Amino acid sequence: MTLIKNVRPYGEDAVDIRITDGRMTEIGPGLDGDDDVVDGAGLVALPGLVDLHTHLREPGREDAETVETGSRAAALGGFTAVHAMANTDPVADTAGVVEQVWRLGQQAGLVDVVPVGAVTVGLRGERLAELGAMADSAARVRVFSDDGHCVADPALMRRALEYVKALDGVVAQHAEEPRLTVGAQMNEGDRSARLGLAGWPAAAEEAVIARDVLLAGHVGARLHVCHVSTAGSVEILRWAKSRGVQVTAEVTPHHLLLTDECAESYDPVFKVNPPLRTDADVQALRAGLADGTIDAVATDHAPHAVEDKESEWATARPGMLGLEQALPVVVATMVEPGLLDWRGVADRMSVRPAAIGRLEQHGRPLAVGEPANLLLLDPARRSVVDPAALASRSRNSPYAGRELPGRVVATFLRGTATVLDGKAVK
Amino acid sequence: MKRHLLEAADLDRDDATLVLDTAAQIEAALAGREVKKLPTLRGRTVVNLFYEDSTRTRISFELAAKRLSADVINFSAKGSSVSKGESLKDTALTLEAMGADGIVVRHFASGAPHRLAHWVKGSVVNAGDGTHEHPTQALLDAYTIRQRLGRLDGVRVVVVGDVLHSRVARSNVWLLSTLGAQVTLVAPPTLLPVGVGSWPVAVGYDLDAVLPGADVVMMLRVQAERMNASFFPSAREYSRRYGLDARRMGLLGDDAIVMHPGPMNRGMEIAAEVADSARSTIVDQVGNGVSVRMAVLYLLLGGAPE
Repeated sequence: MTLIKNVRPYGEDAVDIRITDGRMTEIGPGLDGDDDVVDGAGLVALPGLVDLHTHLREPGREDAETVETGSRAAALGGFTAVHAMANTDPVADTAGVVEQVWRLGQQAGLVDVVPVGAVTVGLRGERLAELGAMADSAARVRVFSDDGHCVADPALMRRALEYVKALDGVVAQHAEEPRLTVGAQMNEGDRSARLGLAGWPAAAEEAVIARDVLLAGHVGARLHVCHVSTAGSVEILRWAKSRGVQVTAEVTPHHLLLTDECAESYDPVFKVNPPLRTDADVQALRAGLADGTIDAVATDHAPHAVEDKESEWATARPGMLGLEQALPVVVATMVEPGLLDWRGVADRMSVRPAAIGRLEQHGRPLAVGEPANLLLLDPARRSVVDPAALASRSRNSPYAGRELPGRVVATFLRGTATVLDGKAVK
Repeated sequence: MKRHLLEAADLDRDDATLVLDTAAQIEAALAGREVKKLPTLRGRTVVNLFYEDSTRTRISFELAAKRLSADVINFSAKGSSVSKGESLKDTALTLEAMGADGIVVRHFASGAPHRLAHWVKGSVVNAGDGTHEHPTQALLDAYTIRQRLGRLDGVRVVVVGDVLHSRVARSNVWLLSTLGAQVTLVAPPTLLPVGVGSWPVAVGYDLDAVLPGADVVMMLRVQAERMNASFFPSAREYSRRYGLDARRMGLLGDDAIVMHPGPMNRGMEIAAEVADSARSTIVDQVGNGVSVRMAVLYLLLGGAPE
């Protein structure tokens, strides 16, 4: 049994929380007993975070990340569940591979690792993978994505959207019209013109989102849009939602904070897909997340080995770490400027992503009888990010040297501490 | 001067003028000499690190370094450890360990010289990176304009062609603007970058309209592969709309000059009779390239070894 003393759920009045057998069994002032006591004074309690978009790299690139190291990074970031993207080697396009990833997650035991299944065989965008087999497997896949690649063929996308209705599933689209982004290196605009890096136009994302919300509306299916990065995308999503389309969307921490100015250094740690955009896009993404047009923050945590990043910009692989700094970035970009309160943070980083992924035991309120999946955050603590100190096996953090607010002090998965005193328990 | 020459956008007016003046002094010092060699960089090592074929630029830098008495090593990425997969960083550290004082780098990736400068102690000179910049080309172009017209301030320069993919165009836009010239870009809209509106230049699509007011016309090389990607319908149509032929040359003022960074596609962007005319500075540009590159190496490496 664990007793958390004097903690503020959602930043509200301080109470004590008793955890017994994986659930919150008592919440109120002045609880005592002979439990393990965790001092929660000054800390905010939130439901354990849920990531819809994590690259754990196993199987295939265990030199960059493993399910275990990624799980540890997630726990340190306050997550209790992460969706593992399908672009592994082999691709997670069969029941066998998704069950392997799911089992590795269970063995690590630090967060619930929820495999995402590929939409198409080998992410090739040619024919559907066995989506039903993945849904029926032990991994219980509900989110399907070719992330890293767009399901560009409109007929195939329509079929995928329709087919997963029977599985209570959702297609998470990486919105990128491939013919418009051949060789693209960074956001297309003033900076790409000067830096001589091939441009990735906002229209290549927006055109696919516009097409897909129309298709989803037409066939009455659920659509989720990965890593929305432009102001125009937010407008299209707002329009689609106003028309009753079942569309949800996520934004990454880096797109809430960083702009294409970072490319000036030609340091590929800032190369990511979709690329960092302009300040106007950043402001629109924050506003969209604040008003709920964007449902969730998802990390797109993308570990890469040193040799894949320490190179020329054009040859470097796109992607950046995100799990351990996601909540601090949201505090800096949304909470401190007054765009979201703590209940809003819980909604966008736990409640809604859990609902999108159909995770019944996550994204639950901090209330008696609920599963004890929660985190304790010290919002006053600011620290400078040191990539060498991260739990991830890779070091490609775009936040290196940057001071960010908020430190996850503890994380509990079904009542068991995975993080205490800011350190991973195992 | 800064420690590296990575981009023309970095150069302020004083630095750029210093390079041009130094090149003029070097040229004067060598004029009429039987042995065209200065002892300035004796004992220093310059590496030409070329990841792209470029015979003329490499030879120009090699000659510049040798005329300053530097030891020169040519390192071509083909047939070397690079073709076996060695990374730019490992190559850089290898050259560093061998004591390279200056690294002249030509690379297919924009920004590669910037990364290189991050890893080595010696001076890095950008000899052309991807579609980004080629600063010594712009310096030799500015030098040539000043030599022929006697000034740069207020000179009206028209740059014609594939600006989108041209490092020569980018470097010239920044350098010539810094030096007070008025730059106009003329190209099919497909070959101008989105974002060109933020550059300190005028933009037009009609070559005939701008030629009468031009002091300098700079033709850019157009690569045939652009045609296959539908940047324009055919070589013939490109040549008709944007090529400099004898008729168009007739629209120029009496003192206007015609430049080309080479290698030329005769009959495509420039007619043979234009390239070989008295207005053409194409051969001067090659000769001036050596003087300007000597000036750059001298200014970056000329100090006593540390």
